[in-house]
Amino acid sequence: MIEVHDLRRTWGDIAAVDGVTFEVTEGEVFGFLGPNGAGKTTTINMLCTLLRPSAGTATVNGFGIVEQRSDVRRSIGLVFQQTTLDDALSAEQNLRFHAYAYGVPADARETRLRELLTLVELWDRRSDRVRTFSGGMKRRLEIARGLLHHPRVLFLDEPTLGLDPQTRRRIWEYLGDLRAREGLTIFMTTHYMDEAEQCDRIAVIDRGEIVALDTPARLKGAVGGDVVTINTPDREAAATELRARFGLEPVIADDAISFQVQGGEAFLPDFVRSFGRPIYAIGLRRPTLDDVFVHLTGREIRDAGSENGSATPVGGRSR
Amino acid sequence: MTELYRGVWVVAYRELLTFVSDRTRIAASLAFPILFLVIFGAGFGGIVGQMAGGLDLLTFMYPGIVAQAVLITSLFAGVSVVSDRESGFLREILVAPLSRTGIVLGKAIGAATVAMLQVLMLLVLAPIIGVRLDAGMVLQLVPIVLVLSFVLAGIGILIASFAPTQQGFQLFMQMLVFPMIFLAGVFFPVDSVPVWMQFLSKINPATYGVDSIRHVFLGSGPAGAGLGVSLLGHTMTLVEEVVLIGVLGVVFLGAAAWRFRRQE
Repeated sequence: MIEVHDLRRTWGDIAAVDGVTFEVTEGEVFGFLGPNGAGKTTTINMLCTLLRPSAGTATVNGFGIVEQRSDVRRSIGLVFQQTTLDDALSAEQNLRFHAYAYGVPADARETRLRELLTLVELWDRRSDRVRTFSGGMKRRLEIARGLLHHPRVLFLDEPTLGLDPQTRRRIWEYLGDLRAREGLTIFMTTHYMDEAEQCDRIAVIDRGEIVALDTPARLKGAVGGDVVTINTPDREAAATELRARFGLEPVIADDAISFQVQGGEAFLPDFVRSFGRPIYAIGLRRPTLDDVFVHLTGREIRDAGSENGSATPVGGRSR
Repeated sequence: MTELYRGVWVVAYRELLTFVSDRTRIAASLAFPILFLVIFGAGFGGIVGQMAGGLDLLTFMYPGIVAQAVLITSLFAGVSVVSDRESGFLREILVAPLSRTGIVLGKAIGAATVAMLQVLMLLVLAPIIGVRLDAGMVLQLVPIVLVLSFVLAGIGILIASFAPTQQGFQLFMQMLVFPMIFLAGVFFPVDSVPVWMQFLSKINPATYGVDSIRHVFLGSGPAGAGLGVSLLGHTMTLVEEVVLIGVLGVVFLGAAAWRFRRQE
């Protein structure tokens, strides 16, 4: 459904996307996971024909993203990071504008409009101006709009950014519903771990490059067991001891040391008894995608964005 | 071709929809010209008295005020591009399978239609002021208003394509709109001002719009009496002016469309 080969985008000396290659198969939910400034939005903009790649090729639904822009546009639905609705118009007027712009036939239009507005639970609010909608309602309306012209692929750029957890859960329910009903392929970017868990496969992207690509389960499996976090006074010395005595590979992050072990429950009692330093606190958990990111890049996903200075301010230009 | 045609009508339709659903804008767009007419007419009318050709100032000003309404509304096409960019809606338009040229033309046609509606509303004032009006004149006004609107919308959209923010754009527009109105000969005959100002007036496309609308309302009498616009020593006729505006319209809209096509 989407085939990308060595796609690049540079601005002067800065490579926002530095040669990515991947494939997305039909009906798949494919996620791009990475910190702000990793190149997620730049990639999505290129695939949506909004940005010309500096090098490389890609096809969406069989159409080249440079040579067949119109065909690509007709076969995709888009939900951007920032809202792109006309607040002065009603929900219905926004959807109709979209239907006209994509040449949706008149006889199919009204049925489709009703079906989608009902699905996202905005049918009762259809004649209200979008200005009066909450952030979650706007996002639902945009998802409905993105699907109005029966696209084969839905692109979601940080679809639940800035929404509360409850709304985020609802939006995932709608997407799950839609996917089952329309056999949609979904391509999304996110830096929320729980959201990435919903994907069939995830590409972990950092500094413009894909550092791993697999199912969430396999990615977590690659971390190498359960994650133990300890809080101890001299972290450097403790790390040295962990390496020397236990043969572990500790990562010092924030105010704690973490490392991975197989069979954490059995490991802990022995470890606590034999570790020669004071331990203030100790934690054990199954690996998450956060750990995958730390494992792959040595940094936490939250820090990575600000660390390389490209965290995007609210409303600012992101790439 | 369908993408060009669809771009034009979809965008124009939405401009119109936005206008009719915004009552404040409708009221403001009418209040402004009326305010000008009343204040300037009453303020200067007594001082100026009768003008050449036996006209009073209000009668002279009225066609200019009509043109001014067209000017403000049409340049507004640019404002709508910038505010669409800020609200994000421009992305929805740009990512749709529509031709960029069609989008620019749609904005211009939308603005021209809104301008036309406003002119029709302003025509109600004509009998009150004592300006003669008949069906033939209205028919002549339609194409003039449309071409004038296209050129000004072209200028507005072209400027908007360079403007990063709405604040910057509106500041710039205000610096542009008022000199354009004053130099276009709305309040005084262009040929009777100092040479440096005449030069500015004559490179102002709105000048020819004001004069051609004046031609329609007042006939060619005022032009003969020295109240018209002369270019390189030749007094412009109605047809010449409309053709000139039309050519400028093609140039500015073409440039705006080119800018839009280049943007990613």
